[in-house]
Amino acid sequence: MKMSNIKHLINGLWKENPTLVLVLGTCPTLAVTTAAMNGLGMGAATTFVLVFSNLFIALLKNLIPDKVRIAAFVVIIASFVTIVDLVMKAFTPALYAALGVFIPLIVVNCIILGRAEAFAQKNKAIPAILDGIGMGIGFTLALTIMGSVRELLGNGSIFDIKLVSESTKTILIFILPPGAFFTYGYFIAIKNRLSANK
Amino acid sequence: MDYINIIILALFVNNVVLAQFLGICPFLGVSNKVETSLGMGAAVIFVMALANFVTYMVYFFILKPLHIEFMQTISFILVIAFLVQVVEIILKKAAPSLYQALGIYLPLITTNCAVLGIAILAVQKNYNMVMSVVYASAIAVGFTLALVLMAGIREQLENTGYPKGMKGFPISLITAGLLSLAFMGFAGLVK
Repeated sequence: MKMSNIKHLINGLWKENPTLVLVLGTCPTLAVTTAAMNGLGMGAATTFVLVFSNLFIALLKNLIPDKVRIAAFVVIIASFVTIVDLVMKAFTPALYAALGVFIPLIVVNCIILGRAEAFAQKNKAIPAILDGIGMGIGFTLALTIMGSVRELLGNGSIFDIKLVSESTKTILIFILPPGAFFTYGYFIAIKNRLSANK
Repeated sequence: MDYINIIILALFVNNVVLAQFLGICPFLGVSNKVETSLGMGAAVIFVMALANFVTYMVYFFILKPLHIEFMQTISFILVIAFLVQVVEIILKKAAPSLYQALGIYLPLITTNCAVLGIAILAVQKNYNMVMSVVYASAIAVGFTLALVLMAGIREQLENTGYPKGMKGFPISLITAGLLSLAFMGFAGLVK
């Protein structure tokens, strides 16, 4: 693999992590990270849409007139979101119920339109796919880790595996809405701190 | 009674930003000044009420009779994108200063997940047309309320000292968390 391709792939993991650095896609980040599993599921669904919309936009970029490109991108993205929506409804009903309205809302996740606009429409298919995978994994990792932290503090478990005894009092606030804001805030602060040290 | 319930629930108990996490991007992006927040809020109230009215029509008079409900996401997002364009053109002509102030966030109402999210939720909740529009308006007013409260706090924060590492998004998110905590107090307001 060429060096530049590897760079496209790992760019989204840390340096331009969509959640922690670009601060895009904040709504699902805050809403679904009540448990590690939800974060992972949301991340996987978004990654799928991101990779395929990046690919198709990179392939179709010469056919799409510049003036209506945003509308065209949105239609491409919405098609893949509909696929994800129907597949998850059929095969993972519990996860589908937990994520609720946030599955159709992948359509308006700024990460996807952002990458289409900033990367996919200017690049060839292979880098576009790699960028999608990298960004998707970066998003998934951030969501899963945030979900784990919130689940551990609020429920005493990670991926539904109980880590503290039943009688231990957990900090319920972390799986309630305010906990989402606090956790996310501290995550970005920690990321800034780590990056600043370099 | 139903309507009052819907309004109170939408405004306080299930506040769209602080409890349902929809529309976080503009919430964090535009909430620097009270004035711009009010402008953004007004734009969102208008777009959201209109969007819910139109999406209701689209769902119950086109998608449902044709049994193509799975086209919901695609058709709703296109309708909303079109509406935002119209609002943008009107605002550009009628109120250029407000248009300037809102900057990039006006086209971003398209990707304001609150607009699409509330349209989908209204359909899921099986509201009739009037309820759907009332619901959307109340939600949008709740959005404005959260935005203006946040802007007021952030204006004050400018003059206070806080740890350097918390600058920017972290301090905004912590502030939002405290606001959300305060709004949880409304939980028992309606049954």
